[in-house]
Amino acid sequence: MNTAVKKQVQKEDAMWLQKELINRNYHELATAREHNRKVSATFVPGNLNELLMCFDFARSLPETNALQNGMRKKSGKMIMDAERDGHSEDVCTYVKADLGMMLQGQVGPTGDPLPHPDILLLSYTGCFTFMKWFELVRQKYNCETVMLHVPYQGDGKVSPAMRDYVVKQLKEKVIPSLEKVSGVKFDIDRLRQYMRESVKAEENLVRVLQSAKQRPSPIDGYFGAVYYIGPMFTAFRGMPEATRYYDTLWAEVEQRMREKKGPVTPEGEIAEEKYRLVVEGPPNWTSFRDFWKMFADEGAVVVASTYAKVGGVYDFGFRHDPERPLESLAEYCLGCYTNLNFPQRIDMICRYMDEYQADGLLINSIKSCNSFSAGQLLILREVEKRTGKPAAFIETDLVDPRYFSAANVKNRLESYFQMIKQKRTAGAH
Amino acid sequence: MKCFIGIDLGSTTTKAVVIDESRSVLGRGITNSRSNYDTAASIAKQEAMVAARFHLFREALAKGGALNGGLEDFIAQLERDFRLEQFLEQLADLEQVCGRNVANARFGDAAKGVAAALVEVFKRLREEAPTLFAPGAKRKSDFFRDIAGSRYLAVSEQVAKDAGLRYDMLLNVFDRSIIEVENRVYADAVKGHLLDALERTFVALPGTRKFAEKIRNPIQSVIDTALEETYVVGTGYGRARLPFSKEHIRSEILCHGLGAHVMYPSTATVLDIGGQDTKAIQVDKHGIVESFQMNDRCAAGCGRYLGYIADEMNMGLHELGPLAMKATKTVRINSTCTVFAGAELRDRLSLGEKREDIMAGLHRAIILRAMSILARSGGIRNEFTFTGGVAKNEAAVKALTGLVRENYGELTLNINPDSIYTGALGGATFAWRAVMEEGKAAEHREAA
Amino acid sequence: MSTKENRVTEIISRCSALFEDLEFGAVKKWKAAAPGRKAIGYMPVYVPHEIVHAAGMLPVGIFGGGDQLEVIQGDAYYQSYICRIPRSTVELGLTGRLDCLDGMLFPSTCDVIRNLSGMWQIMFKNKYVRYVDVPQDYDDAVGGQFYIHEMQQIREDLGKLAGRPVTDEALRASIVVYNAHRKAIRDLYAYRAAKPWQAPTAEVYLLLRAGCVLPPEEHTRLVHDYLAACETQQRPKRDNARVVVTGPFCEQPPLGLIKSIEMSGCYIVDDEFMLAFRWLMDEVEETGDPMQALSKAFLHRSAQSSSKYDARKEDKGRFLLHQVKSRGAEGVVFAAPSFCDPALLERPMLQEILARHKIPYTAFKYAENTGQMAPIREQAGTFADSIKLWSAA
Repeated sequence: MNTAVKKQVQKEDAMWLQKELINRNYHELATAREHNRKVSATFVPGNLNELLMCFDFARSLPETNALQNGMRKKSGKMIMDAERDGHSEDVCTYVKADLGMMLQGQVGPTGDPLPHPDILLLSYTGCFTFMKWFELVRQKYNCETVMLHVPYQGDGKVSPAMRDYVVKQLKEKVIPSLEKVSGVKFDIDRLRQYMRESVKAEENLVRVLQSAKQRPSPIDGYFGAVYYIGPMFTAFRGMPEATRYYDTLWAEVEQRMREKKGPVTPEGEIAEEKYRLVVEGPPNWTSFRDFWKMFADEGAVVVASTYAKVGGVYDFGFRHDPERPLESLAEYCLGCYTNLNFPQRIDMICRYMDEYQADGLLINSIKSCNSFSAGQLLILREVEKRTGKPAAFIETDLVDPRYFSAANVKNRLESYFQMIKQKRTAGAH
Repeated sequence: MKCFIGIDLGSTTTKAVVIDESRSVLGRGITNSRSNYDTAASIAKQEAMVAARFHLFREALAKGGALNGGLEDFIAQLERDFRLEQFLEQLADLEQVCGRNVANARFGDAAKGVAAALVEVFKRLREEAPTLFAPGAKRKSDFFRDIAGSRYLAVSEQVAKDAGLRYDMLLNVFDRSIIEVENRVYADAVKGHLLDALERTFVALPGTRKFAEKIRNPIQSVIDTALEETYVVGTGYGRARLPFSKEHIRSEILCHGLGAHVMYPSTATVLDIGGQDTKAIQVDKHGIVESFQMNDRCAAGCGRYLGYIADEMNMGLHELGPLAMKATKTVRINSTCTVFAGAELRDRLSLGEKREDIMAGLHRAIILRAMSILARSGGIRNEFTFTGGVAKNEAAVKALTGLVRENYGELTLNINPDSIYTGALGGATFAWRAVMEEGKAAEHREAA
Repeated sequence: MSTKENRVTEIISRCSALFEDLEFGAVKKWKAAAPGRKAIGYMPVYVPHEIVHAAGMLPVGIFGGGDQLEVIQGDAYYQSYICRIPRSTVELGLTGRLDCLDGMLFPSTCDVIRNLSGMWQIMFKNKYVRYVDVPQDYDDAVGGQFYIHEMQQIREDLGKLAGRPVTDEALRASIVVYNAHRKAIRDLYAYRAAKPWQAPTAEVYLLLRAGCVLPPEEHTRLVHDYLAACETQQRPKRDNARVVVTGPFCEQPPLGLIKSIEMSGCYIVDDEFMLAFRWLMDEVEETGDPMQALSKAFLHRSAQSSSKYDARKEDKGRFLLHQVKSRGAEGVVFAAPSFCDPALLERPMLQEILARHKIPYTAFKYAENTGQMAPIREQAGTFADSIKLWSAA
């Protein structure tokens, strides 16, 4: 999840490690065929990386490919190609960027070719579009597809029936399909071993994200966190390399905490933390740095975000459990942020507002993503009501450059920051 | 004397308001935003300062009592004469620039003819200028670009015809020249223009000449009074382009909230419908913004929608409201999407609906959008202040009044004829507060 | 005064009144007829009505606010890129029009309806609200078991609400009632496909919509009455193109749009309106374990829709192809609500399959309050003409 390398961009060691991981993964994908490796594709929320690793798959994540293409300013053309191919302008641009990339000859964001997947693991978790996305890919490229239906937490809890349903699908559908396609026999001890590795990384990720409770926060829990969650939520959780990444990252963050330093942005360090915000909703990728700069320039630091929990929610105690491997995979899927119901999402945000001593809530409403966006205006209203803190609303898109109006977003952000400031000043009278 | 200035850089017009130490409004100025925000801000400010002078003239002359009963007529004449002086200077400037541009244009053999025609055009423009500023003369706009432009068009057409010259050449020269001229600020000339205008006024109102000294002295003393730009606050969509430090810039939301509060101190909810966006703002009893919502990325239901409808109907924007007021029923219009509105409009017309009834429906549709944005921001509380260009549209006001009553019951709806200056007034008040109340105090608190 | 000739008009004007009544007078009347009666709303596409019915309650279909509802508060909750049905539904709720409902069921149609379930929990705290998940795995032992749990939960909840448990017997009885209802609807669709000029879709649609607020027994009778009445009068047959309309399974088009399609020269011979009533495609087992029976019907004998996963690639489009072939349709009209993820993401896949089978199609979007019909008339008219030219060639 790196932006294009530029000399003046500030990066920490962990950043370089991550970049290496990502590049290596794209390289593995590019050379999978020559190395006789099978290729899997699956989604970020509740992803089953440890399980896929048990079958030696080279692992592709279409969402990540789309966002990487967005950051590299390649997505606009891909989306338009997909629309020319008959897709509606109304629907998710991740899907269209992915299909557009395939139409353009399936060259990945790093310029390496991306092979068509041998299996689509349709982990249907927290997003309706996933289902159609892989149906579309299946229809066009004839990929083997296996569905993992993860029920929604409609009444705010995971019932035993829900968990059993997911576990049963894993045992009877997912694992046999993965075995068949990969030719590798499933070994549950291998899964346990990966999970042990996952837990170490998870512990450190939680420490890093929770470091933002300190004033000043040593990290940005949204723009910065996007990088921190990268290895965890994609193809690397369970690998020793990921564990090492999180060790390094935590050491860096700890150091910054000791030195009372603020977050590092691509433009440099934030000298003075003026506003502490909680953000709901995914970021925009096509103007990611400009977007971040609008916050950094005003001294606005995001101390917690729901997007940093999009793959899985760790900060309330969940860890992969090698003792109950399949059950814990099921719980991971069931517990990811977009699989939570509205009261849960609102509770979580209010909790962040309190625990991270935030000045307000900002909602970045994403046109593509109904799972996140439908009803966010109620979240805004409820959080304002419950916390008494001001909330603001902006609209962008994931990877559709046509849907990022910099002047518009900046205007609203500035108004919002000034409102917080004015309220604070008035409160001090 | 100390002056506190707010400048609101909108997408179509730039407004400025000057207030004094006691927070009385001294003057307001407005100009078109052009492509050059700097100039627009300078000119709006200068206009407001000129208005402030007139305000002070009025006060000083009233105190002197020399024009007992004739004060308003005198001031009005003086203002017209001042505008004329300003116009003449800009006209002279335009003539010069046009002359230069003829020389640079590739008119070939025609250049000489064009140059000669220009001399004639400007001669006629100068001659007719006083009639443009005569009592009762109607101008569609007070902006130099518009007045000079429309007259130039008319006069040059005639001149071109008489001289057997291509009209488009003359138009071309004007188009090349006007931007340069309209982006010039004539700040230094104001005092001279005022004094020259005074002489014209004595000629126009010969009866006043006998009090010449009693009039000239207070005016001179006002002219001599330095109007100090104590503190300027910029706001509006183009605020980031202003050559101000961050401390001198406030968002238009904050300024709008405060401006509405200053106009109507009991304001709790503000609705502003402008050309490009719609804002709903909740303010506390000090005018501090508690929450706000703007139209989402889709510009449905903004003033621009009415502009689009006007274009579709081949009508002037200002004609829509009066037409809608003639409606005997309101046709339901569901689409506030500017793209679909045209189709829906034609559909209704083809079904035999009357234009005025459709217009009433369109106004209601816009206000319905605004009602949603208001609901988003926390609803409407008493008192409710409506600002922005659309607040001047009687049909929109009528629709709003009805919907507010249906949804929120009886409450006070404030609409100020000067509501276009709300943001600038808020800015000026911020400037005043910065100096008179807070000094740098607010900044210190912030840092602490 | 009822003569045979105006019986159709009579039935349809009753349905029309029910359709236009955004105050849900019929539901209020039903509740008032006996003390303690309760009504449960459900949104599209599908919930197991039998359970609600077996609990002694009236299932009430909430299919948005149509084009006559002025939406103010509902709009305050949704961005411009979200479809229309949740905003009008919220409007209905916040204006008290749904106060007559004792609960709401939100099926797993899409993320918007899913999220609305949680919003409803927050906005209407004293009402019963449930998100109804349905399996996307179609094995009895896997998805089936989950679905039975899901239905069991609703059964227990409604039992509590009713003050008495919902017995297997009651469920079986309800299955019988709904089997009859499903049969009536199947007959209606078969009749219309056979004689579309006798049963125009604008009428069929209103008749279906009446089923949102009437008890199933009464609605079944009404459908029978309509079919009988239709046969008593001969209406002119036109040389129209026979089309299947696909896409409007959730947010409904305005009635004017349906009329526009017909007026432009199309006979609608199958569609996805009110798919809820036809979701289970044939009779549900009336004996044995009723929950098993409902589950099996869902897993193995339910309609395809874009809200539902197609387990195999080759399953895609089967239902639509079957609609086209079995009804003798000559083309397909894709009518999708704007911003409808399921319909719009599905569309290119279905179009590809139709193209492969050389079945012509046309596509447009609508909203439940779409005001301009001229472009749709034009498009559907051109489509009808082209079908006729195409078949003549």
